[in-house]
Amino acid sequence: MGAYSITYFILYLLPGDPLSIMLSASGMEIDALSPEQLAKAKAYYGLDQGLLERYVNLLLGVLQGDLGQSLTLNRPVTAILAERLPQTLALAGFAIVLSLIGGVGLAYLAAYVRWQPLKTALSRLPALGFSVPVFWMGLLLIQIFAFGLGWFPATGSTGFDSLVLPAVTLAIPSAAVYAQVLQRGFQDVWREPYIVTAYAKGLSRAQVQARHGLRNAALPLLTLIGLQVGNTVSGAVLVETIFARNGVGRLVQEAVLRQDIPLVLAVVTVSAAAFVLVNLLVDLLYPILDPRITHAPKVS
Amino acid sequence: MSRLIDVQDLRVSYHSAGRVTEAVRGVSFHLDPGETLAIVGESGSGKTTIASALLGLLPATARIDGGVLKVTDHDISHASERSKQQLRGRVVGLVPQDPMVSLNPTLSIGKQIAESLVLRHGKRYPGLDADVLELLEQVGLDNPALRAAQYPHELSGGMRQRVLIAIALAGEPRLIIADEPTSALDVTVQKRILDHLEQLVKARGIALVIITHDLGVAADRADRVLVMRQGELVESGVASKVLSAPGHSYTRDLLAAAPAFGETPRPVSVSTLGAQPLLEFEGVGKRFQLPHGQHFQALQDLSLEVYPGQTLAIVGESGSGKSTSLRIALGLEQPSSGRVRFAGQDIGGLSWKAFRPLRQRMQLVQQNPFAALDPKFSIYQSVVEPLVSFGRLKGRELEQAARRLMEQVQLPASYLDRLPRELSGGQRQRVAIARALALKPDLLLLDEPVSALDVSVQAQILDLLRELQAELGVAYVLVSHDLAVVASLAHQVVVLKQGQVVEQGEAGRVLEQPQASYTRELLEAVPGRRLAVA
Amino acid sequence: MTVLQRLIPVAGEASQWRPRRRLQRLLDQAGPLLRRPGFVVALVLVLFTLAAALWPGLFTQVDPYATQPSAKLLPPSAAHWFGTDELGRDLYTRVLYGARLSVEAALLAVGLALVSGLGLGIVSGFIGGRVDALIMRLVDVLLALPGLLLALAIVTAIGFGTIPVAIAVGVGIIPGFARTTRAEVLRIKTLPYVEAARLGGASWGRTLLRHVLPNAWGPVAVLATLDIGAAILATAGLSFLGFGAAPPAAEWGTLIANGRHFLITAPWVSLLPGLFLVLVVFSLNHIARTFEEIQR
Repeated sequence: MGAYSITYFILYLLPGDPLSIMLSASGMEIDALSPEQLAKAKAYYGLDQGLLERYVNLLLGVLQGDLGQSLTLNRPVTAILAERLPQTLALAGFAIVLSLIGGVGLAYLAAYVRWQPLKTALSRLPALGFSVPVFWMGLLLIQIFAFGLGWFPATGSTGFDSLVLPAVTLAIPSAAVYAQVLQRGFQDVWREPYIVTAYAKGLSRAQVQARHGLRNAALPLLTLIGLQVGNTVSGAVLVETIFARNGVGRLVQEAVLRQDIPLVLAVVTVSAAAFVLVNLLVDLLYPILDPRITHAPKVS
Repeated sequence: MSRLIDVQDLRVSYHSAGRVTEAVRGVSFHLDPGETLAIVGESGSGKTTIASALLGLLPATARIDGGVLKVTDHDISHASERSKQQLRGRVVGLVPQDPMVSLNPTLSIGKQIAESLVLRHGKRYPGLDADVLELLEQVGLDNPALRAAQYPHELSGGMRQRVLIAIALAGEPRLIIADEPTSALDVTVQKRILDHLEQLVKARGIALVIITHDLGVAADRADRVLVMRQGELVESGVASKVLSAPGHSYTRDLLAAAPAFGETPRPVSVSTLGAQPLLEFEGVGKRFQLPHGQHFQALQDLSLEVYPGQTLAIVGESGSGKSTSLRIALGLEQPSSGRVRFAGQDIGGLSWKAFRPLRQRMQLVQQNPFAALDPKFSIYQSVVEPLVSFGRLKGRELEQAARRLMEQVQLPASYLDRLPRELSGGQRQRVAIARALALKPDLLLLDEPVSALDVSVQAQILDLLRELQAELGVAYVLVSHDLAVVASLAHQVVVLKQGQVVEQGEAGRVLEQPQASYTRELLEAVPGRRLAVA
Repeated sequence: MTVLQRLIPVAGEASQWRPRRRLQRLLDQAGPLLRRPGFVVALVLVLFTLAAALWPGLFTQVDPYATQPSAKLLPPSAAHWFGTDELGRDLYTRVLYGARLSVEAALLAVGLALVSGLGLGIVSGFIGGRVDALIMRLVDVLLALPGLLLALAIVTAIGFGTIPVAIAVGVGIIPGFARTTRAEVLRIKTLPYVEAARLGGASWGRTLLRHVLPNAWGPVAVLATLDIGAAILATAGLSFLGFGAAPPAAEWGTLIANGRHFLITAPWVSLLPGLFLVLVVFSLNHIARTFEEIQR
């Protein structure tokens, strides 16, 4: 809701003349219209109402599941979203799974390996991972795996094959962030006195890491997974553009190019809602991993 | 007779960023089964390095440069990780230093103990749950079934230390290393836990190595004592002999500094006849509001008077309300009931602004000298800050004042140019005292001023505080848990327990003829009594 | 007067003492850093990029817009280090000239975020109470909006081009700064030395300027360095999507976007400018991490 409001004010307050943007988006020139036509257009887009009044009306619409009408496609925004969303959800879901496996695996390995050169190399890898722009990584993967080796199709949105390259592209930056945070988590946990206690029991290094290290090191990761959803959505915009996939990301790119305000507003709102939802899930998961959260008596 | 531990000419050094620090330099000692050995030393003496070496848990930066380190006839100075792992838990157990952070916060107590039992007896042995409960009971925890299901954060420090003892016992080792096992706990808890540990170990014939900075602990519990300084063995021998007739001057210094042994210097008595009290509490109480409509009574009906040039000590363990009373005096907390007067003026409800002029006459020395100085400020900036804040002095006068203050706390003026991290703990505490003295206050509030420091440094700071009082006539309010510190400074003593005044009066009377049983308990808990009495 | 008598020899030393030397201390700190080869390489690359952004003419004599139809889509060679594009323009030169726009955008974005984020964080952490709750709620909402989408919304509203893109990216990274600053301020506010300063009579303003800010600055500076890299990536992403500078001027993102049409025949047109970008961002990350390590 807050996200919707902020985006609303950005989209309707910042531009000098929303009407002209909207009209040109619908393929009309503002100068070509007569004053009556202008007034009619204004009423049509609801721009004759005051800023706040219109805001309240739109917000009520959103609460009832009505996100308005697209200017360029002349269809209800909800219908367009329903059509495009599954594509993006499949991509994002697959990418999140891949990034968790990759990120956690890398960090776990880096913490376990003791041969210094390999350890250093592994711990530098994440920094490289998020220095690489998503779109460039996408192009590189296409060049190697689609054109070079011919394993996967370069573009398109049909079948599992076409999902692999985009999902890998999308997963790399997130995986790098997870790996980095988890590595730091391990570094910190490794210094904790309870690790010494665990060693003193006679546990081996592998046992100490699995039983006492991982869970404590992974705690900061959980919050991060929630925050990374936003980045995954951002990445989806770029990835879908490169791989020519018909998802929400490409939809929003096109909408921005055509300045289709209601459509942009709707996509931002939906992704913010997804963000809130995932973070809620994370909050619910937290007490399972960290007993201190539920049991902590509120005395200070 | 085979020895449990045989260490000969052990040398260990730390290598980091191209710098080499020799932590242990040619130390030899041995330990027989069932014996109790205390390794005594101040920070940097290498005692903890020896403990880590015995467990085969030296950090990656450490290197064993030479010597023999035999545990049950295996030389582990260059043994493989696997063979060292075989010894840990089964032969050598550990009771670590700080119970608050030495248990895994995300595993239940029961699981952490069971882990040790499983390592000892194999994965599928039937009596696991029963054994966990039995161990919990043996180490003196009530309601073992509940404790086993709880997580570390739900237990107090003392209880956690008992759990750690249970973990060490679960491996049925032949030797337990206790690394400063109770220095993070309250004195009375300390005594109870050490008594219990001693008893459990004796009953099972387990040998014990106590690593400690406290000669008193060593004297009370050990058969033999090793005294270490800067990685070298200074003196060793039978405990009573070393402590009653020390052969080395360092041991003598340590003994003199240890409050329980030395003839503690007493404060010079000050006549308060006809003087106006500087600080006055009249039936002061403080209750804190908690969520869910509950409240917590931190302090109840405290009355006291501090006279110019005199020291009043507030003694108590954690949760006694001693810090709260200090914060009330400083105007950081408002009392819920009663009146507080400074130099005759009621300061109970003063705003920060109205209080400000009074701050020139009342200053604080904090507990932890490592956090009390801004790391980005040079010593000069720190020391003169109050003078700058109150706009008292400028330019050359300020520099002169800084030099004078450094003289007063007996630090060279060249230190003014340093940063706090270039100073030791004791030196930093001197700087903090200099800063508190900058405004020439009438009253200094000392919040556990020496509890973060080594014993010998403690003695020096206490000497300094006594000299400053004699010279400047400044009054002190001393908050401490350590009766020995109190004895060396205080004229008047207030003993607090859970917010209530237990006993109050002249220092000499309270400390020598305590009326309340709690005061007696506190006095008895001071380590080293066994020897002092004998 | 026992204390004074004991200190007479020291008093002689005292006359030589003068207040500190800040520059000397700075040099002492920089010394060990310069002995790390990775750090030096990263620093040189970043400085080179900065210099290229300011005076691209120093490093190349070619005109970035000069087309040469006979030499189009040439692979990298001694004459054309990064090869040429579809109009025969020298790519190395175009990357250097592109640095100006990209670096400008990134610095503008981070500057904007730094100023407003720092301000919000300090106000929030220092005043606390309702102001804090309000600001943090606002920051949470901003955080819930995916960065690129928020930027897209802003770009939709205020138009395309380098500066709108920079502003859009900057707004997106404000929450991070606000949170980090607030957390640091809150942490330092409770430290004993701040209490000591307050009890020593220092006003809140003085405490804030002299104690809290200098000590809170470290993590914020690290974040700023990291975020310059992130801002370069984000602006490149936006210009890749076609919302950046108008042709023939080219940011790094535009260069990469142009090259993708020739990916099969001339992969370097897209991949080499991208590689340069990766190296610059990686260097920034490395510098930030090194700073972070020495602070620990």
